[in-house]
Amino acid sequence: MLTVCDLHVKYGNIEALHGISLNVEEGEIVALLGANGAGKSTTLMSIMRLAPPEGPVVTKGTISYNGTDLLPIQAHNIIARQGIGLVPEGRHIFGNLTVFENLKLATFARRDRERIQQDYERVFSLFPRLADRRTQRGDLLSGGEQQMLAIGRAFMSGVKFILLDEPSMGLSPLLMLELFRVLKSINESGTTILVVEQNARLALQYANRAYVLEAGKIVLEGKAEDLATNPEIHRAYLG
Amino acid sequence: MFLESFLQNLLNALQWGSFYALIALGYTMVYGVLLLINFAHGDIFMVGAYIGFFIATLLLGQYAGSSPSLSPVLVFAITVVVTMVLTSGVGVAIERIAYRPLRRKGASRLYVVITALMCGLILENGNLALLGASRRNFPEMLSKTAYNIGGINFTNVKIMVIMTTIAVFILLETIVRKTRLGMAMRAISYDRMAVPLMGIPVDTVIVFTFILGSSMAALAGVLFATAYPVLEPYMGALVGWKAFIAAVLGGIGEIRGAFVGGFLLGFIEIFVAALFPSTLRDLIAFSILLVFLSIKPTGIFGVSRATKI
Ligand SMILES: Nc1ncnc2c1ncn2[C@@H]1O[C@H](COP(=O)(O)OP(=O)(O)OP(=O)(O)O)[C@@H](O)[C@H]1O
Ligand SMILES: [Mg+2]
Repeated sequence: MLTVCDLHVKYGNIEALHGISLNVEEGEIVALLGANGAGKSTTLMSIMRLAPPEGPVVTKGTISYNGTDLLPIQAHNIIARQGIGLVPEGRHIFGNLTVFENLKLATFARRDRERIQQDYERVFSLFPRLADRRTQRGDLLSGGEQQMLAIGRAFMSGVKFILLDEPSMGLSPLLMLELFRVLKSINESGTTILVVEQNARLALQYANRAYVLEAGKIVLEGKAEDLATNPEIHRAYLG
Repeated sequence: MFLESFLQNLLNALQWGSFYALIALGYTMVYGVLLLINFAHGDIFMVGAYIGFFIATLLLGQYAGSSPSLSPVLVFAITVVVTMVLTSGVGVAIERIAYRPLRRKGASRLYVVITALMCGLILENGNLALLGASRRNFPEMLSKTAYNIGGINFTNVKIMVIMTTIAVFILLETIVRKTRLGMAMRAISYDRMAVPLMGIPVDTVIVFTFILGSSMAALAGVLFATAYPVLEPYMGALVGWKAFIAAVLGGIGEIRGAFVGGFLLGFIEIFVAALFPSTLRDLIAFSILLVFLSIKPTGIFGVSRATKI
């Protein structure tokens, strides 16, 4: 489904990824692990084709999705045409819009009215707290609620494949667990997921496979249950 | 007697406020979306007035070969619409040719503002080169009718200007509050990075903003020329500056701010002029505004941008 091959990217003159390769198959949950600054967010932004200054510049390698070369496509069309969405690190909720407006904005490129209606209902049933706060401004939500809204937005954009960048950041252990349960349920209804996560234990529990990124290179990959028992992973991330 | 002159001035203030408000809109919307002070915008107003002049002249058959059989009201309506469309084209062209390439290169905002200033000068001097320095008389399409009710004088044009401005306010508020493009405009002003992640082409939203802003400046141009039918290449400069001040006064980035700021500036100017010698008008008016802004620098509706986490 998604194939990244020998990807080199840079910010300005500094190379941030030194030839990484990974793939995600339809229906999978794949985790991308690694220390701070390893290049996890950079990987996701490269796939999304986010332009500088936020996004990096690809200097070598390929990214293809269902046979389509993603490199020449602009970010908004990655969502609108290719059906890949990103829940960015730090959520990026529109604080001056209400909860409902945030969700509605995500449907910008969609024309399938009935499905949109069903998706609103789905989001509100997955996250009842959002339903209670529909008319509240985004910047007045708690961190956890903002994270739910960020995921709700990705869902509302109608994509088949969601990339998540540290969705559990700042959440209580209980909410974290709840969040991954929701992700699992979204996944079971047909959405493929690539998730960057600091909480390796939790991620490996829910993922099918995982990659470990270190200083811009992939150093380990494999089935989640194998990695969960891998001594190196244990030492570095599960301690 | 006092009440009469008050109401008379009020009406004049509303009319001038309308011009300022319609132009201020363009400043405020572009600022909201790009954080750019589009100093070419006052000259877009001038371009609008001139385009209106040519369309109206053409339609009224003052050029040989065209038939003068349209009713004046219809001519006016067509002039307004066509002028708005063509002037939008000019605004969008400036964004495409001058601002977008800078944005792509990640140029700092200072350079974009300087570019905007230059675009304004190019429009003024381009007009001068093309059409010469002579003033032009805007053709009278609507026959001005003066009314007098209870000692207050007003014309149909004045009423139309004020009504149109109120209608524009309602229309724009609706667009920005209710449509997805309007929401996208607000979203960009808050978090530019996340907008493409919603599947929204940022450039489309920017072009839409320039279309709205330029067409409102064009509307102001035609209305202004209808009320004060003398055109000259520098007509956009002073009115443009004042409209910009109105936008800041109302709280730049806020649509309501443009209207309230525009009307407030109109009020201050007219009432200062009514009470003091007219040569002191701008001096006193702007001193008042200076004091106001030093007390509330964010303008009436502006909130200082909270830093995002
Ligand atoms: N916009 C940018 N401009 C320049 N350098 C950047 C930019 N974003 C990231 N980098 C650099 O690229 C490298 C990888 O950063 P990235 O954000 O991908 O790390 P990460 O794995 O997501 O880390 P974290 O866990 O802290 O989020 C880092 O060295 C970082 O300093
Ligand atoms: Mg990161």
